[in-house]
Amino acid sequence: MSHTNVDNMEEIYRIGIDVGGTNTDAALLDSKLNTIHTIKVHTTRDVNEGITESIRRLLAESSVNPAQIRHAMLGTTHCTNAIVERKHLGKVGLIRIGAPATTAVPPLADWDDTLKATVCPHAYVVHGGYEYDGRTIVEMDEEEILDCFLKMKGEVEAVAICGVFSPVNTSQEKRVEELAKQILGTDMPVTLSHEIGSIGLLERENASLLNGALLNVIAGVVKGFEEALHTYGIDASLYICQNDGTLMYSEYALRYPILTIACGPTNSIRGAAHLSGLNDALVVDIGGTTTDIGVLMQGFPRQSSAAVEIGGIRTNFRMPDILSIGIGGGTIVRLDETQDQVTVGPDSVGYELLKRGLIFGGDTLTATDVAVKLNRYEWKDAQTEALDELICKRADEIITRDIEEAIDRMKTSSDSVDVILVGGGSILVADKLEGVARIVRPDHYDAANAIGAALGEVSGETERIYSLDEMSYDEAKEDARSHAIEQAVLAGADRDTVQIVLSEDIPIAYLPGNALLVKVKAAGRL
Amino acid sequence: MMRNHKLTELNEQAVQYIAVGAAVLGTGGGGDPHIGKLMAMEAIRKYGPVRVISPEDLEDDALVVPISMIGAPTVMNEKIPSIQQMIKPLDMIEKELGRKVSAIMPIEVGGGNSLVPVITAAERNIPIVDADAMGRAFPESQMVTFYLDGIDCSPITMADERGNGVLMHAIDGVWEERMARAVTIQMGGSASICDYPVTGAQVKKSAIPHTLTLAYEIGKTLFESKELKQNPIEMLLKQLNGYALFQGKAVDIRRRTEGGFTRGEAIFEGTDAKKGRTMTLFFQNEFLLATEDGHSIAITPDLISVLDQDTGMPITTENLKYGARVSVVGFPCDPKWRSPKGLETVGPQYFGYDAPYVPIEQLAAEKGGAE
Repeated sequence: MSHTNVDNMEEIYRIGIDVGGTNTDAALLDSKLNTIHTIKVHTTRDVNEGITESIRRLLAESSVNPAQIRHAMLGTTHCTNAIVERKHLGKVGLIRIGAPATTAVPPLADWDDTLKATVCPHAYVVHGGYEYDGRTIVEMDEEEILDCFLKMKGEVEAVAICGVFSPVNTSQEKRVEELAKQILGTDMPVTLSHEIGSIGLLERENASLLNGALLNVIAGVVKGFEEALHTYGIDASLYICQNDGTLMYSEYALRYPILTIACGPTNSIRGAAHLSGLNDALVVDIGGTTTDIGVLMQGFPRQSSAAVEIGGIRTNFRMPDILSIGIGGGTIVRLDETQDQVTVGPDSVGYELLKRGLIFGGDTLTATDVAVKLNRYEWKDAQTEALDELICKRADEIITRDIEEAIDRMKTSSDSVDVILVGGGSILVADKLEGVARIVRPDHYDAANAIGAALGEVSGETERIYSLDEMSYDEAKEDARSHAIEQAVLAGADRDTVQIVLSEDIPIAYLPGNALLVKVKAAGRL
Repeated sequence: MMRNHKLTELNEQAVQYIAVGAAVLGTGGGGDPHIGKLMAMEAIRKYGPVRVISPEDLEDDALVVPISMIGAPTVMNEKIPSIQQMIKPLDMIEKELGRKVSAIMPIEVGGGNSLVPVITAAERNIPIVDADAMGRAFPESQMVTFYLDGIDCSPITMADERGNGVLMHAIDGVWEERMARAVTIQMGGSASICDYPVTGAQVKKSAIPHTLTLAYEIGKTLFESKELKQNPIEMLLKQLNGYALFQGKAVDIRRRTEGGFTRGEAIFEGTDAKKGRTMTLFFQNEFLLATEDGHSIAITPDLISVLDQDTGMPITTENLKYGARVSVVGFPCDPKWRSPKGLETVGPQYFGYDAPYVPIEQLAAEKGGAE
């Protein structure tokens, strides 16, 4: 598919980059979303170096004129790493609008003390909040709130505001934001919880706090990305990948960095959908150390419905439903001679595969060696003669069985499903798997994540509690749908391409009027 | 049932165990104990550990008051209660009865309400009784052993977070359910409530003893099996005299709201030994009926819990989703529920299911020990 486009001066291109733990992948797509070229480089300690290198090579090898690149998309693990490693996190002041309710559990109750001290030196519970139907519990006391901000002054880099039932009624959170800016200045970044998470006060509050703490991190990412592009003369609109498979403008990402967490697997899923032309399938993404399995539903990743812990903190913003197992191209295969048992992993040689794998003259038997020995994949000058075929066959059985089991886990019925195989390690997989109807290995399979990043869909969401005494089920769904569509258009989606990509409703027990929580997401192309 | 020791004190560790055990005893309903756990841990941090008193150690004339939350768990997870709100109904009861409360007790040991009394007990520095009035979770106020024994549910006191309080006298638990539900709605969908103020003698006669210890032991087993790398589900079955009902995968979940309750069915396809079989779980907040290929294998009031196949951790009806790999286990309810009045109150007919009640032991035996 790779071809040069030097004579196509009218074409407009887009570049997608996905920073993973091992590799940084980059892809160049044309305006019809054809893949022009892809690149894979090692992820560097300073992540920006790998990003810069991938852009340099992409331009050099494709000969595309940088001036014709108008959109640039980045998916990155910066924010995830910052939380897990507890580095570079900023100080956040929290206002919970809840008193006299909610006081039985103070803010940050389930955080460990170190992280609490690092992230949130000031947390206050002020009077206010709403009932589930939007009624006021008690009025806010603005003096009380102003006083909290005065105490925070000079001691926080961001503010998070979380009010009871703010997803139902956003007014109080918005008013508190105005008060924050009044005291702390209009430049003070403010995170409003209703824009981050769903019903479930503590989880939404946690997610909002983490979001505030990540603002420095994302600012560094966006700045580094801008500089890398400028270095090569690319003047493009910048987008950052979200973990639902859609994009946000870089200005939006600067406000909602937490939405970038776990965007890697969703980029792979979106890329796999695009490359294969399938809308409903399982996507099996095999890298150097792990295999990630996600579910493609109507072209988008299925979301996880459970509360998600990030770095030990319980949050409730949407996350992709991904199953990871410890099998990848670099996974180490061993023979336990005393018990005559072959074992696979869970450890891996990771990015040292080309040095340490036996077929490359190294000292370690890996899953890649096994695949090449069994003629599943050809590698020039591979040294396969010395490999024990029997051990390889036994290792292959284990790998196949583990992947089959993981696929079965993610299926929603016993019917056979289509599987799209992507990622560099997908050569490990045989052409037949139990419970799988078709195995699709698309072109550019090893850069599906970067291609997914480049696709560029933007989305809008609604989450509301409806009373089915006041309207029919269909009316409630329709209201939620049209609101989500408008949100997507506001985010930059082309109205003609917007479609509903997720729609679910959960009846709320013990409430009158048959209360129904409706969630809808719409997405469309830029 | 094996019991290593009786609980004498609730510390933060004990609260963590009870939260997990209560989710198992919650049989899919009763709300996520997470908020209850956080509230209880916060109260212990603030006021110190809570003494636990065995029902047999209560003075006969002691005044014991159950406290719980009533309303939608979804609302309580958002509009978390306040400590004052957990004290007020107790103050009102004391004022109405003109005497001090000796001990607090949980009305149900399943789900979120298992740990709600800890807050009140900690703040008032009075013990919590190692007993409850369900031995599991049920959705309605009359579904307590006190009701079966004809014990007066009144006076009933309720409070919201604003400071509103309501004192009610109901002729029985069924009327309490109707009136308290109406008050709860005005209070914003979630309220604290004291009902069935009882004497020590009544607790001894009517409550289900040592259920906090039971929840504690279940939670401890699930946590420790992980550390000991033992199969948590096998350990749990041994502990509860339980039955392994099914292993499989959730393939279809149908939910609908009826009269304020979430009702529905979850359909599972068998795996491993159950390959080729289908199980259906019928629920109204709690799992109430399990059928395999159309035949009943467990029926309310016996307990049916859905556990994650790997970790043994309980899954609620709200969190059950497509593709979940589960082990479904069942265990016998307290004999009080198998009495004619017990079955009338919480048996399959009450919840609108056609199946006649047959004890789980008998259903297992009828299957001919094929398991």
